[in-house]
Amino acid sequence: MYELNKNADRDWIKQRIMTATLCFLVVFILLFLRLVYLQLIKGEEFRRLSETNCVRLKSIKQSRGLIYDRNKKLLVDNRPAFDLVIVLEDAGPVPDTVSLLSSLIHEPYADLMDNIQKAGNTASYKPVTLKKDISRDQLAVVEAHKFDLPGIHIEIEPTRYYIYPKIASHLLGYLGQVNKKELESGQYPHVKSGDNIGRYGVEKSFEPFLQGRRGGRQVEVDVNGRVVKVLKTVAPVSGNDLYLTLDLSLQQVAEDMLTDKEGAVVAIDPSNGDVLVMASSPAFDQNDFIGGISTEKWRRLMDNPGHPMTNKAIQGEYPPASTYKTLTAIAALEEKAIDRHTTTFCPGYYVFGKRRYHCWSRYGHGKLSVEAAIAQSCDVFFYQAGEKVGVDALAQYARGCGLGRPTGIALAHERAGLIPTASWKRRRFQEAWQAGETLSISIGQGFNLTTPLQMAVFTAAIANGGTLYRPRIVKNIADSNGNVVKKIEPEITGGIPAGKETLDIVKKGLFDVVQGDRGTARGIRIKGIEIAGKTGTAQVFSRKTGEKFDNENLEKKFQDHAWFVCYAPAQNPVIAISVIIEHGEHGSSAAAPVAGAMVKKYLGLPKPKTKKKAPKEG
Amino acid sequence: MFDRRLIEHFDWGFLAVILLIGSCGLVILYSAVSAGWQGSGLHYLFEKQMIWMGAGMVVILGILVIDFRELDKLNLVIYAVCVGLLVSIYFFGQSGGGSRRWLSLGFANIQPSELMKISLIISLASLYATTVSPEGLNFKNLLKPAVLCAIPVALIVNQPDLGTGLLLLLIAGSITLFVKVEKKVVLTLGAILVCIVPLVWFTGLKEYQKERILTFLDPGRDPLGTGYHIIQSKIAIGSGMITGKGFLQGTQNALSFLPEQHTDFILSVLAEEWGLAGCTVLLVLYFLLLLWGLNIAYNCRNMFGSILAFGITSMVFWQIFINIGMVMGLMPVVGVPLPLVSYGGSSVITNMVGFGILLNISMRKFSTA
Repeated sequence: MYELNKNADRDWIKQRIMTATLCFLVVFILLFLRLVYLQLIKGEEFRRLSETNCVRLKSIKQSRGLIYDRNKKLLVDNRPAFDLVIVLEDAGPVPDTVSLLSSLIHEPYADLMDNIQKAGNTASYKPVTLKKDISRDQLAVVEAHKFDLPGIHIEIEPTRYYIYPKIASHLLGYLGQVNKKELESGQYPHVKSGDNIGRYGVEKSFEPFLQGRRGGRQVEVDVNGRVVKVLKTVAPVSGNDLYLTLDLSLQQVAEDMLTDKEGAVVAIDPSNGDVLVMASSPAFDQNDFIGGISTEKWRRLMDNPGHPMTNKAIQGEYPPASTYKTLTAIAALEEKAIDRHTTTFCPGYYVFGKRRYHCWSRYGHGKLSVEAAIAQSCDVFFYQAGEKVGVDALAQYARGCGLGRPTGIALAHERAGLIPTASWKRRRFQEAWQAGETLSISIGQGFNLTTPLQMAVFTAAIANGGTLYRPRIVKNIADSNGNVVKKIEPEITGGIPAGKETLDIVKKGLFDVVQGDRGTARGIRIKGIEIAGKTGTAQVFSRKTGEKFDNENLEKKFQDHAWFVCYAPAQNPVIAISVIIEHGEHGSSAAAPVAGAMVKKYLGLPKPKTKKKAPKEG
Repeated sequence: MFDRRLIEHFDWGFLAVILLIGSCGLVILYSAVSAGWQGSGLHYLFEKQMIWMGAGMVVILGILVIDFRELDKLNLVIYAVCVGLLVSIYFFGQSGGGSRRWLSLGFANIQPSELMKISLIISLASLYATTVSPEGLNFKNLLKPAVLCAIPVALIVNQPDLGTGLLLLLIAGSITLFVKVEKKVVLTLGAILVCIVPLVWFTGLKEYQKERILTFLDPGRDPLGTGYHIIQSKIAIGSGMITGKGFLQGTQNALSFLPEQHTDFILSVLAEEWGLAGCTVLLVLYFLLLLWGLNIAYNCRNMFGSILAFGITSMVFWQIFINIGMVMGLMPVVGVPLPLVSYGGSSVITNMVGFGILLNISMRKFSTA
């Protein structure tokens, strides 16, 4: 230790301790003076404030971000809802006040008291909600008897309002009250118990943007709990608005066409992946979920055999059927299993091993090339093409075309579909792959499953020359003043593994499906607009080869699903569409007309260049 | 090793002051937790606090057995263990209220940052005892202490627990000034600080970080959060007036207007129910406690002991000052408990360890070497 002179040491310590003592003393005098100031000088005032407990916090709810379509048409709005609340501390005697209120607004006394019971042991100066969203008449009565109802207040809550009920309900989604677990998860730092959060669709995916921040006021209230003075205000921050890629009028056409049917429609802009339409039928009314859906309505939704709560566009996994022949064609051409001039003779069936694999046309298509095989959807041609390519190569191309994996759309619950390989089957069933199964795969039957969205993205990629885009549903996010806070750019996720020559051949085939003399969808031709597409009929019920069914009398649930994918105009595509109608039987008759109507709406009929708006369709 | 002389020299007066403040604390806590309590018997928080106090007494006894000069030799080991505990929080820590501060021992959670306070005081005292000189410390002398502080402060601020980190710096600063620093060093450091603060403020901080600091310094900027708490706390304190509303009669307390009324804001319960009279008594007791601590530092014939005693006294002082200042709206709101009064095991034990060391030094004040 440092040697200090003993006496100097003592003096030194003494001086340091004295300084410290002085510092402590000054601080304690300061604290004491502050106590004197608060308790003596301001004491009276604070005593008065404490006796009425009159400085309180009132929360001001923010409004949630709005949602617009691509043409800035408002889809989701907020409307004011009037909630009846009670502050127990001010409402003495509570039973008298509540019973008067109950007779005024014609609501059962027991229900109102129940809500107070449910609120439990909260501090008595905190408002308890008696009834949410009261009617205008009830509001008027309560306002008129304001002075007979101490402690009863009206709170105005911005409430979600879906302007077009059922339209794009799966895409837009709905709200639900936040639950305890979510509050405790720390995922929603600004959400309080009783608040709504996005539960589904865009409302859920973009929750952080839509939410906003609640504000509040520090107020002084009188003995009856009425505000006499606003001390401080923190303004609420509105949520950000979303500008979707959706086209409302086109969406409405799609949903009209889906009325009373089960199925889904997706339309995509091939140049950037914008989702113009996403419809799933049957739909649900999002407004039913506001303030909690009633048990009865919920049960009705759950019991509906059409699964209205499923977004079939991204969750529905269907055998792609003949729409898959496009893929088989790409794989076969790229693998040089066939070329543009390769022809096959179709007698109506193909013998493989000991079995006959039938073509959908019992009488056969005769001799045809790949283009004609696509146009006429000849099964026999693709049995042979697929057989040459093999299951694993087919799967490789399918994955390259974005199938068998989620497209990455910003919606929850998207399914991946299924692209089988030999090793997948071994893992899944502990069985070897049968060569015959490759034939089924080649025409889109068998194990493979795709979602309508995947088929739309694939079709859009064929249309734009091979680029796969991540489907974009939100273009811009802007604050309530319209300043863009986030721009979502188109995103390329891959490319079709095929050269231009291959794509041109496939496109010619797809063109002939609608525009050719023998095309399977020639029925939807629109004068002046050339459409390229592909029909598909997905077997739900596995029929024995050669067995004939009377489809008309077959039970509905065993009837085939109808597919149609297309893009238009064929030369310079601006829209790609995928349609599935569950149990719709034939793609050409059930699904293609839906796409036809949409193309007509979106492109309009050939129009004079001066006119801006397309003439309305009758 | 426990000879009669030690018992003869035991500082009964200091123990009495501690017990007196502890009893006041329990009375206030009883009132703070009883409002709205519908269970039978004593409130569980009150019972737990009594257990902590009892455990604290045992801790004091345990500390008395070891000669405080052993701490001088062991200081780096203790320091290393505490830093180790702080680091282990990153791997095994318990989260709560947005930060990771606790380690679970199974039967209780400990807060290593609390132990770190004592450990840092010991290490600094040990270091300064060898470098102290009548002229004061120079830059070179300050290098090691700066490193000793920086490590735990960085770890604690990162938890994030800004309050405890700041407290650590204040304690370290007090000890350093206590042993005297050369004037030119103080001036140079002051000048550097004055230059750096505006530089960081205008170039280094993002808007939201500035806002957070401003709100910290002026709770009025957050009228729905801490600002509201301060207003309610001021109303509670002021409404107590001279004699208070009486035991268990506080209305601000009873209607749960007060935030954290049993921990950080417990003084407002005392002020509301016992008025200026009650608060003055507590302030006087605290002042007595601090004077006693300084006296122990003065009387110790061992440089390490003196600095250690001062360090612990300053630790208690800063807690009192920050807590009372905060509750009365003079200070930023940081989670610093009021010694021996606020509910909380970590705080009770840490302070008891400190008092144990003080008693220990007092008992052996005549030992030199």
